[in-house]
Amino acid sequence: MSTFLGASVGRKLVVGISGLFLVLFLVVHLVVNLTLLAGPETYNTVAHWMGTNPAVLGMRPVLVLGLLLHIAVSMYLSVSNLRARPRRYLKVDPAGGSTWASRNMFILGVCIILFLALHLSSFSIRMTFGSVDMVEISGVLMKDAYALVTTRFSLWWYVSLYSVAMVLLGLHLAHGVQSSLQTIGLNDHRWRERWASLGLAYAVVVAVGFAILPIYFFVQAQMS
Amino acid sequence: MTMLDAKIPAGPLADKWSNHKNSIRLVNPANRTKLDIILVGTGLAGAAAASTLGELGYNVKAFCFQDTPRRAHSVAAQGGINAAKNYRNDGDSAFRLFHDLIKGGDYRAREANVHRMAEVSNQSIDQMVASGVPFAREYSGYLDNRSFGGVQVSRTFYAKGQTGQQCLLGAYSGLIRQLARGKVTMYPRRDMLEVVIVDGEARGIITRNLVTGEIERHSGHAVVLATGGYGTIYYLSTLAVGSNASAAWAAHRKGALFANPSFVQIHPTSLPQLNDYQAKLTLMSESLRNDGRIWVPKEKGDRRHPNSIPEEERDYYLERRYPAFGNLVPRDVASRAAKERCDAGYGVGDTGLSVYLDFGGAIEKQGKKAIEAKYGNLFEMYNKLAGINPYEEPMRIYPAGHYTMGGLWVDYNLMTTVPGLYAIGESNFSDHGANRLGASSLMQCAGDGYFILPVTIGDYLAERFRTPRISTDGAEFDAAEKEARDKLERIMAVGGKQTVTSFHKRLGRIMWDDCGMVRNEAGLQKALSSLSELKEEFWREVKVPGRLDQVNQELEKAVRVADFFELGQLMCRDALSRKESCGAHFREESQTPEGEAQRIDAEYSYVAAWEHKGEGSDHEFHKEPLKFENVEIKERSYK
Amino acid sequence: MKIKLKIWRQESAEAKGGFVSYDLEGVSKEMSFLEMLDYLNSTLIEGDEEPVAFEHDCREGICGCCSLFINGRPHGPAGETTTCELRMTQFEDGSEIVIEPWRSRVFPVIRDLIVDRSAFDKILQAGGFISANTGAAPEANSIPIAKHKADEAFDAAICVGCGACVASCPNGSAMLFVAAKVSQLALLPQGRAEAKKRVRKMVAKMDELGFGACGNIGACEAECPKGIKISHIARLNREFLRASI
Repeated sequence: MSTFLGASVGRKLVVGISGLFLVLFLVVHLVVNLTLLAGPETYNTVAHWMGTNPAVLGMRPVLVLGLLLHIAVSMYLSVSNLRARPRRYLKVDPAGGSTWASRNMFILGVCIILFLALHLSSFSIRMTFGSVDMVEISGVLMKDAYALVTTRFSLWWYVSLYSVAMVLLGLHLAHGVQSSLQTIGLNDHRWRERWASLGLAYAVVVAVGFAILPIYFFVQAQMS
Repeated sequence: MTMLDAKIPAGPLADKWSNHKNSIRLVNPANRTKLDIILVGTGLAGAAAASTLGELGYNVKAFCFQDTPRRAHSVAAQGGINAAKNYRNDGDSAFRLFHDLIKGGDYRAREANVHRMAEVSNQSIDQMVASGVPFAREYSGYLDNRSFGGVQVSRTFYAKGQTGQQCLLGAYSGLIRQLARGKVTMYPRRDMLEVVIVDGEARGIITRNLVTGEIERHSGHAVVLATGGYGTIYYLSTLAVGSNASAAWAAHRKGALFANPSFVQIHPTSLPQLNDYQAKLTLMSESLRNDGRIWVPKEKGDRRHPNSIPEEERDYYLERRYPAFGNLVPRDVASRAAKERCDAGYGVGDTGLSVYLDFGGAIEKQGKKAIEAKYGNLFEMYNKLAGINPYEEPMRIYPAGHYTMGGLWVDYNLMTTVPGLYAIGESNFSDHGANRLGASSLMQCAGDGYFILPVTIGDYLAERFRTPRISTDGAEFDAAEKEARDKLERIMAVGGKQTVTSFHKRLGRIMWDDCGMVRNEAGLQKALSSLSELKEEFWREVKVPGRLDQVNQELEKAVRVADFFELGQLMCRDALSRKESCGAHFREESQTPEGEAQRIDAEYSYVAAWEHKGEGSDHEFHKEPLKFENVEIKERSYK
Repeated sequence: MKIKLKIWRQESAEAKGGFVSYDLEGVSKEMSFLEMLDYLNSTLIEGDEEPVAFEHDCREGICGCCSLFINGRPHGPAGETTTCELRMTQFEDGSEIVIEPWRSRVFPVIRDLIVDRSAFDKILQAGGFISANTGAAPEANSIPIAKHKADEAFDAAICVGCGACVASCPNGSAMLFVAAKVSQLALLPQGRAEAKKRVRKMVAKMDELGFGACGNIGACEAECPKGIKISHIARLNREFLRASI
């Protein structure tokens, strides 16, 4: 195991596998978010279930661990990559075939972490530890997550930040998904294009899916 | 003059090698670790020898001028490697391969060596496949073969147009494995400047470290040269620009005889020269002649676009002169015929020094797809280099210096006339006579390196293990180092005005014009005097900037060119002394009434081996008579 | 035509180095890129300056000697071309051409545009071979190999070891080079016996030497003069995973 984690390829595998895990998490997150469109009752019920179900709660530390591993190992690799070329080129023309996103995963990652900090402090942390207004649905008293979210989504700066962050997340995913699959070795000349298309489609769905909600609620708030 | 003894073992031809292996001395494995072998040049022959000698337990010190062995010019061999596997059941055998080689070499090669080369050819293929060389395969999963060089059997193994690269990388992988084991020590970026002779035996070399400029001493119980050919003497040739004769020439100056120096193969299908700054001529594989037709306009100086010259106004001169073989005549014949047309004023292109190689008919008949499958990568390469699309219009080609059959004289054990000094691969003279057949160069290098030298060198080393590690402090090393240093300092001190390259170009021109495809008495005499003038001018006018103790590429070139002047003179002397035409050596004085090469077996059935007699003295001529007991000597006719 | 060259000059490994500009007249479109540099050097020598040191040998795209980072791309703008195959037709009259050596911590500059690529040999020494002693090989046709596998092995085996992959990779990774060898030998039955050991050792050596980690960016593939695909890197990853489990 020490040789596995001691090797760049092994570390890349950690980043790739944790990345794919986060990719799955985002799907769940998106589905939950989309229930916002079904109204306060549905959303609050789902949120309450997510916050109380032991299986879901049990997954939280796994998620945190996966996220931290993904961040820590890729940070480590990025720093060592910088050391591999102490003197930069005067002129670089990436005319080749590489995408902007693939060359800037580190920067994209850092932006996403910053957004994540804001995001967590706005929602998850407040939902778990902070004081949130309570609401009763079908006889059960629960935190009014819907109100918390929609209030936030009525702030122009938050909505703008959120939308930009989703574009960056989309870029990160557009390269990240296919890159992870390549890293775990699930690639050859036939699957190459398919994985790339799949990764791109996934990235678009996730970015648009998430971004659509703040915009929707912001517009609604403006109209009312 | 003396008659040289090649020490050919007794017995029937097919048993000579086995008998020899059974009778020569062996070195005890425990004693091999006490023996150091210096190996200069790490192309296919050198890398194969290094890996095999390392496996046997010898300590090998390997040298090359490149940064890594993988760049040696074996890498550029395109067509393939021959072996008498008879996988096609077309009647091939070691004897038939031997026979084709002797005939192709125009009866100027040594029977026993050639047969041995054919015998070990199969083992070389086995070895390479085991080393991971990805030769072309059929759908069955078995190895594919193709016909090459106008022979009647399919015995050529290939890896697309990159056979040499794959063979070299296979041998190189064996070499690096021994590097990892510590049995081979690699000294890259080194030029060999001198051989050190102690008590009459080769015991070391002097090198220049091409990074630091340091002059270094290295010792060993034997020295093996695998330093390739000297076709770059023509300046423009198909060789890598760094290929050179300096190591072989240093050995020659120390007593190793140089055999048949004038035997140089001119390859018929190279890209023509495009401009005055051109540094080399790129080879287009001989396989192109399987489908391409060679022609020039029937009218002198016809400057029309080739596609607008109608069929009846084209002269398919090879088909006209050689109806039986047509475009598939051997390399020497095709080259001379191209030169003849161009000299007569029928050549095409701006310079008039090229002929057309036309695939129009083949594409019409077989379809573009079929042609693309066979030659796609070559067409692409041609398009890239010449900017002409061969699918649309004919290629332009011209002959170029390619392979040197001549080289250091060696006996059956591949030892030169200096005890303990060996020469393998293209650097020796032994196996191709006056003309080499296609796909035989890789075959020889692999055979020499993997299977022949590692056995025969044991016979010499069997007693040498008693000699303790050789010190590099002796007077002989002092003297050799001084000699090397003096020469470098002399070059640096000239301080003239002309670049090394300008001299190399002029040297190449002289050699190409008068000691190239066609030679005659007057031209060779003229070349000799031009060469001595040019050499004298070089030592007065050459300009080498920079210092000795740093990377100095001009100095590297200057050393090589300085040696080429002397080698060029010897080539001309050799060509003068052989007043017959044979193989690639065409003396105008010796031709048939139809203008074909005329061999004179009664007088010239020998190997000419030249001995260096010191600066300013003429070489002494020695002879190794050639006996043909297993083939019937015939006229080479392709009519 | 007339061009403006901006070339990295560095007298030795220890020297500082910097860019020097040259205006070069009389360049012909028919020249190859290296012939243009030969021409520059002849004018430099005649003008009592030291010529630019650069590596080259076969000049037909197969030895892997030539390198050069030309206008921001390894081996210049042509694609699937080595510098020696590059022609001046690729450049306009009056254009500026920036020429830099490969930049990598692992490829230190020796002089001007020459870098030390011996790290590649070291990686191969760690396991880029099949341990087949001379004489031990079985009959070549005793092991049939499916044509598509042999062909794929060949596609990896054509690596010329020039280092363009490292030079172009934003991470300075040597993965394409390492993967080409691992993949070639993993595809052949002859190479399977040592496959696990090989991939672990070669990757470990690559890391130890200080190359960066692969980010699946694909610049290496786009700039490889031999068109070697990064699907070979995926195979290396598979082999590595297999060797680790």
